[in-house]
Amino acid sequence: MKPFVKTILAAAAFAGLAAPAFSEEISFWGWRTEDVAQYEDFIAMFEKENPDITVKLRMVEAVSYGTILKTALAGEAGPDVMMVRAYGSFEDLASGGYLMPLTDDVVPALKDFPEAALMAETLRSDETVYAIPFASQTMMMLYNKGMFDDMGLAAPKTWDDIDAAAQALQEAGIFPFANGTAAAWQNEVLTFGMGASTMGKGFYEDVMAGEADFTDPRFVDALTRIQNASQYFPDGFVGLDYPSSQQLFASGMAGMFVGGSYEIAAMKSMNPDIEVGVAPAPTVNPDDEGLVAVYYDGGYAGNAASEHKEAVTKFLNFLASQEFGQAFADELSNISPIPGVKFSNPDLQAVADLNQNSIPYMMLVHFRFEQPSGSTLVQENVQKMMAGDETPEEAGKIITDGIATYYEPFQK
Amino acid sequence: MPSFKPTRRGLWITSLIAPGLLVMILFVAYPIISALAYAFYDWNGLARGEFVGFKNFSDVLLREPYKSDIQNAFMNNVIVFFSLMVIQNGAAFLLAYALWREFPLARFHRIAVFLPVVLSTVIVGYLWKLFLNPVFGLVNNLLKSIGLTSLAQPWLGQPETALPALILVNAWHWVGFPTLIFLAAMQRIPGEIYDAARMETESEWVKIRKIIWPLVAPAATIVFVLQFIGSFNWFELPYVMEDILGSPYGHSDVLALYFYRLAFGGPSTGVADFGHGSAVAVLVFVFITAFAATMTVFLRRREIEL
Repeated sequence: MKPFVKTILAAAAFAGLAAPAFSEEISFWGWRTEDVAQYEDFIAMFEKENPDITVKLRMVEAVSYGTILKTALAGEAGPDVMMVRAYGSFEDLASGGYLMPLTDDVVPALKDFPEAALMAETLRSDETVYAIPFASQTMMMLYNKGMFDDMGLAAPKTWDDIDAAAQALQEAGIFPFANGTAAAWQNEVLTFGMGASTMGKGFYEDVMAGEADFTDPRFVDALTRIQNASQYFPDGFVGLDYPSSQQLFASGMAGMFVGGSYEIAAMKSMNPDIEVGVAPAPTVNPDDEGLVAVYYDGGYAGNAASEHKEAVTKFLNFLASQEFGQAFADELSNISPIPGVKFSNPDLQAVADLNQNSIPYMMLVHFRFEQPSGSTLVQENVQKMMAGDETPEEAGKIITDGIATYYEPFQK
Repeated sequence: MPSFKPTRRGLWITSLIAPGLLVMILFVAYPIISALAYAFYDWNGLARGEFVGFKNFSDVLLREPYKSDIQNAFMNNVIVFFSLMVIQNGAAFLLAYALWREFPLARFHRIAVFLPVVLSTVIVGYLWKLFLNPVFGLVNNLLKSIGLTSLAQPWLGQPETALPALILVNAWHWVGFPTLIFLAAMQRIPGEIYDAARMETESEWVKIRKIIWPLVAPAATIVFVLQFIGSFNWFELPYVMEDILGSPYGHSDVLALYFYRLAFGGPSTGVADFGHGSAVAVLVFVFITAFAATMTVFLRRREIEL
């Protein structure tokens, strides 16, 4: 036998004997295929502190992740730890009993998390948290800061500022807004990213208390102002799809974009020179409170049927630690909800500051659990309203009636 | 005399059929039957709830919001079917006739007509979405450059133009397929019949109506039935070009899109509902099977055997 082959065999035998003694392997699935390198780093951090545990990462492309994960869990072949979505899509999975309940004993750090973050990963029927929330997203106004500075324009605060900025941009031959309404989901972003301040915290609280619905003047006023702003959207905006909107803004052909905090990184990857400014939704009066709309993206959950409960618990505690949250924010440029995390990236810090004055991204957070979901209703009807085929009052009425089919406070 | 004892030949044939049959049962028959079973249960996310009988079916057919959504989607399917019958198959017949008569450059055109068929629907969808873009799009820029600025439209964003645009893109993509079938059928027409007709009349129209059309009838049956099935299963093109809600506000919604949205829940729209989704799938399946069978029987009757 050749010495080389001998060495290999000996090494294999040694590895085979030695491996079980000092390493327990757990699997970890997610949908962030674009973040594999960063997640490998996070896992290396964890493995360094816990040499007896090995984490095997598998990222599945986002569109089919849900289906693959559900099939695997139903067939008892699921991962030990996994990324799960939030709200309605989270409940889809959690209600099947596949996830490990995360009480304060299991993951003590959770009790310091913001309540809104925990709500995203709580099953409403048993009021139990099943996942560690990992990031929040903010719906707001983005503007091309370099362009605004060159033209002597300040960050828009009120609807009047928006008008003034839009007219100045138009005169300079630039599209004031990059937004289009062809992709249905963009209409929901538009509604709350641009309308949150006009609706106000009071409106949100009243809806939650069952004292107001979407025919409320505050909601209708927001829709009216958004519809009116469509005069500053590109020609043919009803046929403009989402990637084209991104292109228009990133290339400097448009000055403002109503969008999510995830757009900042996307814009910078398309045009590294762009300086993106962020602002809350425009207010009616100069001294009104400017608000953004916030939701949580997803969380990390343990498999209730895992054979490595202890290792899974250790890994989950790591994913809830400030150390991980800091690395997550630094490496992935996302807003971690973990208390005490600092944002070295100024863009991220700006969004985190905006999040101090916010309302939840209402339809996703509260009305995406049943059919017809509030999201579907807003997307279809605001799209119709923006095309001029429906008035803001009609849109508000249809949204309310649709939700009323399953939401008791709206049934009068 | 037929014998029921296993023979070498019988075993040999069985061994050839068995793998195929197994695959069909596992991947075709079983999913259809399980979808049928799903439709009779209440679903709570992934978890199967109680047996609810025909409730899901009566919901999607009789209760709002399902009722108007499914009616709207169905009507769009009907429009798609009739439009494609006229536009796509009409064009295919004319193209096949032109190719058969070998007008100049027939060989080149035969390939050119069939070429889009080999492209994936997703590629065709994105390509045309780009062409029809209101700001950067080729179509609008072309119209503007020849002075027809008033005709430039946000094609995919308007209720009046969205579905027609999708239908035309589909016709562009698929016209080569029925053309090929019609062309093959025309090439099968015996020369002597056609020569005899030529001695009777000079009119191309009379020859098409009295000789060619009746003799390509078997091919037409296949084309029409496939067209019907394709129109009522239409999914990829509207999904790629108009997203999961059938933008703008339901004007390009079709049954397959509605089923997908209901059963799996779009990532930005709502939650999964296997019960109602499966009920829609079963209804569509039954409708297509019944109608396609009736259509085949009806069309077979008018075919002429050579």
